[in-house]
Amino acid sequence: MVMIIQTYGTMLIKALGQTVLLTVLSLVFAMIIGMAFGLMNVGHNRVLNFIGTVYVDAVRGVPLIVLAYFIYFGIPQGIHSLGFTDFRMGPLLAGTITLSMNCGAYMAEIIRAGIQSVDRGQMEAGRSLGLSYGAGMALIVVPQAIRTMIPSIINQFIITLKDSSILSVIAFPELVNVGKTIMGNTMKCLETWAIIGVMYMIVIITLSKVSKKIERRVNRGR
Amino acid sequence: MADSRHLSSSVSDKNKIIVKNLKKNFGSLEVLKDINVEVSEGEVVVLIGPSGSGKSTFLRCLNQLEKVTSGQIIIDGHDVTDKHTDINKVRENIGMVFQHFNLFNHLTVLKNMTLAPVHLKTLSKAEAKDKAMKLLERVGLADKAEAYPSQLSGGQKQRVAIARALEMNPDIMLFDEPTSALDPEMVGEVLSVMKELAREGMTMVVVTHEIGFAREVASRVIFMEGGYIVEEGTPEEVFNHPKEPRTIDFLSKVL
Repeated sequence: MVMIIQTYGTMLIKALGQTVLLTVLSLVFAMIIGMAFGLMNVGHNRVLNFIGTVYVDAVRGVPLIVLAYFIYFGIPQGIHSLGFTDFRMGPLLAGTITLSMNCGAYMAEIIRAGIQSVDRGQMEAGRSLGLSYGAGMALIVVPQAIRTMIPSIINQFIITLKDSSILSVIAFPELVNVGKTIMGNTMKCLETWAIIGVMYMIVIITLSKVSKKIERRVNRGR
Repeated sequence: MADSRHLSSSVSDKNKIIVKNLKKNFGSLEVLKDINVEVSEGEVVVLIGPSGSGKSTFLRCLNQLEKVTSGQIIIDGHDVTDKHTDINKVRENIGMVFQHFNLFNHLTVLKNMTLAPVHLKTLSKAEAKDKAMKLLERVGLADKAEAYPSQLSGGQKQRVAIARALEMNPDIMLFDEPTSALDPEMVGEVLSVMKELAREGMTMVVVTHEIGFAREVASRVIFMEGGYIVEEGTPEEVFNHPKEPRTIDFLSKVL
């Protein structure tokens, strides 16, 4: 155990950094994707509803590992076959796309549900004062929806952090990937995976503590 | 019938609201089945009728919170059923007060009132705040400017909602059962604000079950049932000398 930490300590910390980097990047894009598709799904435009539903269903209907393989191996091959033979996609880019798409679909559902939990009368009151639909959403509905969405969003953050481990299969140097290397070198499976498990746990428990605090602060204003 | 319609269109500039052959369906359910109404400036029209008679739907059609199935609604000379009309602009002139107040829960009373005029640039921030304070004074809630809706009683909420609508300087006010969700002891404070508004000459369309209010304030009472206007007239005519059996039957239950 001590040997592993001494020999591979910096490598493990670096790997944790990569895990966090990938997760944070993905969350930023997932928020944007989620907002866009979530709003498409609450509006009354049938074309947008359809696009939003197809996106959410498609992504949720595919295992994350399949999506990762499709994007990392499949997409470049497709682009090469179109004649762009020097196209390259690194594991970080592929990983970010995969996780963003996946997390974005769940985020879209959280945002849709959050917006729909706001009483219809709020929008009607805004419209009756002359506000446009967009202004009503931005100034009245979304600010109230965010309160109910925060716990689910943080929960989704935690799930995404854990899901990033799946990207070890596309050679992204995050914690699990590095763990496999250490296990191969040392043959100390028990210690290696215990250490990695604890590292995840520390980050995730910290995150949930922070989320509890935010939740309490948000609810105080009600 | 044709004659009266012709006459009314020639004096239409005095009419704030003209509704012609209004029909509204929800799916296969016909909620409004040919409504014709004209409301002239300064009139207070009170709609009464059993629940499900279409009163609220009618009111919500006037500012297009409900899209009409067919017919025409002209507000201040603007055909709101025409999709080329800028409905947001027309709505700035039509205040609406809801049964469940619909105050913006995340904003203070003052912000509730200034949000729309500041965003729509009809007033500057300072003007909006000034005006809001004056209106709050008028409805007796100046000390609640910084309170959140959750800290107010139902009656206070509804008075804020009225003030919020007045902040836009509307020339028509719509009231959708404004006292139905209130505890009995709070009904009076809301009605007295509405009475004052009526006295000042505001054009008002009010859906209510408050017969006392209708008697005192209404210039015209309309009794609706089953999507039709069954009877209309002065409060004296409708309440004391109703002609239609359905009106008589309804009034016997509520009076």
